[in-house]
Amino acid sequence: MNDGRYSRQELFAPIGKKGQQSIEQKHAVIIGAGALGSSMAETLVRAGVGAVSIVDRDYVEHSNLNRQQLYTELDADNSTAKAAAAEARLLDINRHADIKAVVGEVDPSLLESFLPADIIIDALDNFETRMLVNDFACRQQIPFVYGACVGSYGLTYTILPGDTPCLHCLMEDIPMDGETCDTAGIIAPAVQMVSAHQAAEALKLLSGNEKDLRRTLLSFDVWKNEHRTMNLDKLKKQDCTSCGTKADYPYLQWESRSSLETLCGRDAVQIRPAKTAEASLGRLKEQHERLVRKSNSHLLVMEWEEKRIVLFADGRAIIHGETDKAKARKIYHQIVGG
Amino acid sequence: MKLTINGEEQQIPETVESVEQLLAHFNVAHKKSVVEKNGEILTKPEQKESLLNENDRLEIVHFVGGG
Ligand SMILES: [Zn+2]
Repeated sequence: MNDGRYSRQELFAPIGKKGQQSIEQKHAVIIGAGALGSSMAETLVRAGVGAVSIVDRDYVEHSNLNRQQLYTELDADNSTAKAAAAEARLLDINRHADIKAVVGEVDPSLLESFLPADIIIDALDNFETRMLVNDFACRQQIPFVYGACVGSYGLTYTILPGDTPCLHCLMEDIPMDGETCDTAGIIAPAVQMVSAHQAAEALKLLSGNEKDLRRTLLSFDVWKNEHRTMNLDKLKKQDCTSCGTKADYPYLQWESRSSLETLCGRDAVQIRPAKTAEASLGRLKEQHERLVRKSNSHLLVMEWEEKRIVLFADGRAIIHGETDKAKARKIYHQIVGG
Repeated sequence: MKLTINGEEQQIPETVESVEQLLAHFNVAHKKSVVEKNGEILTKPEQKESLLNENDRLEIVHFVGGG
């Protein structure tokens, strides 16, 4: 495709025509379509990355609009699934892009469906899934660009399996950290700063400029005016179970994951049924007609006893206004049965 | 004891002797962090063993999960 849209990127010497051709043949997988995912997807699709896959389990809410740049008021009004809204907007931006958007949970089989992939971008909001993706990236030897932010703070690190330490080298287990975007807030500049650095690393990798990678952990606070980088090479563990010589990828053991989890700071519980039987939204909509407030092809929003229940076509449910897992499970069974 | 932590000079009680104790002192022991002391990254065991001295420069970075 030659409408000149990549001309300014080709004029940038380190990329050039050759680098651009390389970028156009690459496949980037973005895990999460929240704030970082929106920004990364838009940047990579505008840059002409040949194929971009993106997955997210959530739907658009008004509280997302201060920073999740792919979404509009209409998406929030309609509770559109993020991946679906993202796909539509990305194709508006670049109709030549090969976009694969998935509404659902990140699990090993989904990750495998994205192969072959040239880079995996971390745009997640929780550590549990991050460690799973880290194991997958290590096993497949795919560069994995960690990025995260909260408040005015953010950090990013590019993991090159077999070369740099991996996330599991850097943290022995899954951190139970209470600070999330939903409790400590988040401002868009922190998102954009992380995303800008992740995107630069992605462009270096995808254009064949690995030598220019940053190779440090970068952290910053855009409000406190702080900025630091650290070389983490020393923290690579030869006996790491995710990237070491005898790796057994503990987080890829999907069965070990909980099927009930409180969503970080959101006053909500997500339930994923043990068997991944797809829910018939049509049947449930008829059955609970009086409770249904909104519906689209990906989800049903219901209100029941002052709780907001969002049911997804893949069988998951998010129960808002409930943090007690046992109670949430009960509500799920009352509504969905089974 | 005077330490420079993330670029800021701070007075730390003498009872805080190791980097590990320093993280506990700041109530951030439960967080995942990387610590650099006088320009050198410390492994987890080193955080325990490494004793603090007057005028040490420490950089502490916490991992967060949001995004
Ligand atoms: Zn590792």
